[in-house]
Amino acid sequence: MKISAFRIFFNTGAWLVLAFLVLPLLVVVPVSLTDTSYIGMPKEHLSLQHYESYFTSPEWLHATWTSIWVGLAVAAAATVLGTAFSIGCWFISSRAATIARWVLITPILVPPVVQSLGFYRFWVKLDLIDTYFGVILAHTLLALPYVSISVFAALANLDPRIPQAARSLGASVWQTVVEVIVPAVRPGMLTGAVFAFIVSFDEIVGVLFLTVRRVNTLPKVIWEGIQENIDPTIASVSTFLVIISLVATAIVALRRKTA
Amino acid sequence: MPRLTDKARYWMLVLPALAIMIVFYILPVLGIWEISVTEPDLGFGNYVKMTESNAVKTSFILTFRVAAITTVGCLLLGYIVAYTISNFASRVTPLMVALVLLPFWVSVLIRSFSWIVLLGRSGLVNDTLRDLELITRPLRLMHNEFGVLVSMIHVMLPFAVLPMLANMRGISPSYTDAARGLGASEWTAFRSVYFPQTLPGVFSGALLVFVLSLGFFVTPALLGGGRVLMISEYITYQIQEFLAWGLGSALSVALLVATALVLLVAARFMNLKSALLDRH
Repeated sequence: MKISAFRIFFNTGAWLVLAFLVLPLLVVVPVSLTDTSYIGMPKEHLSLQHYESYFTSPEWLHATWTSIWVGLAVAAAATVLGTAFSIGCWFISSRAATIARWVLITPILVPPVVQSLGFYRFWVKLDLIDTYFGVILAHTLLALPYVSISVFAALANLDPRIPQAARSLGASVWQTVVEVIVPAVRPGMLTGAVFAFIVSFDEIVGVLFLTVRRVNTLPKVIWEGIQENIDPTIASVSTFLVIISLVATAIVALRRKTA
Repeated sequence: MPRLTDKARYWMLVLPALAIMIVFYILPVLGIWEISVTEPDLGFGNYVKMTESNAVKTSFILTFRVAAITTVGCLLLGYIVAYTISNFASRVTPLMVALVLLPFWVSVLIRSFSWIVLLGRSGLVNDTLRDLELITRPLRLMHNEFGVLVSMIHVMLPFAVLPMLANMRGISPSYTDAARGLGASEWTAFRSVYFPQTLPGVFSGALLVFVLSLGFFVTPALLGGGRVLMISEYITYQIQEFLAWGLGSALSVALLVATALVLLVAARFMNLKSALLDRH
């Protein structure tokens, strides 16, 4: 078959756009290896000094650890709440359930600064400012929409006659949910949990409003680093995160291929 | 103990998440409306101040302009990618999908930092151009609207590609094949047969990108360098620099209302439920 101009346009265009998406992520790699004390390409030789300063900095390590465990707590809380919510809505499937689903996805649509303002005033009243619990609570609310969307997507593939069969064979609502529905939607729950972790791990605006000095997450330290002095340690941290993302994407892509 | 109906049991699954959401999210966001009419004085003083301020007007116009340009840019670039992935199947298609998804996993902060490294005064782009002796003085590539737009398009692009991809996957190739069989050129078949079928995906992508861009904070704040004050940054500025909670809240209400209006207008042209609730 003759290759048409049409086809060439779309194919080259697509690769150019993909390059625009991916290549800027990779610039942090050479910059992280710079032998200078400012952001730039390596001048004389490659150096690991900025990785060393990351691994010897209590501030960076503490913030990394905080982000990880806060993210895990958020993923657990949001997955349990969001899965129960979606399963309930799926069974009810009335107008009220649809409205409930709209309520749960509002955090996707409300601007981050606006919701953070709201959090701040309310968290002051509850005395939750600068506490881990306050951050976990806020992040769980922001993560709930993603869990509910993922679990709902998994439920869309479930035949409603299956739980009906379980019920008519004498299973209680609770047994049906735990033994029939939950195993069926497990992939959706897993996707939701991963999304919830990432939402929490990346979140910055809420953290800037809700924390002062005691609670420091990784995005907050990066944010302050970019604002105050551009230290190449940020490039080292970024390189780690980009590499983790590359590996995660590769795993997902390979699993999809074999599945 | 009274026996619960099945329906009540299902609601017991729904309620914990819903209650937490209403108490800790919806109420605090509604609290902003209250602040806007009670601080510093009772009444609509903040709204009067807001409508009279030229700086606010400038910021709103800028916000809508940046969001609109970002949306158009993401749709054009995203369409090309989504079309190629769904129509020119080859061995590299999974790789292309992975490359679209990859930036999703990378923090917006990191992506903005990458653009700062690229576009700064002594950033990689300027350094390269100087080494090639194409320029003598560094170009201003960030701390202006250009820098904000480039990085916003970069951040928002996957949000445009994914809905279009989902939509294009559902389009049967037989209509285009039929048009081709009847003698239409590849371009005509695309324009008058394929393209109209992709409009729902295009609209979902546009809606998502536009709404997210209106309230976006991180990238404009970092790449704008305080010179491109989009409304979100303007709000934090009022609150953190001037402690003007009332005015900041009034601006937040205006931003919320603007976002809601965009959604309402969109609802006239598309099925919001399928675009937002039934994504993926």
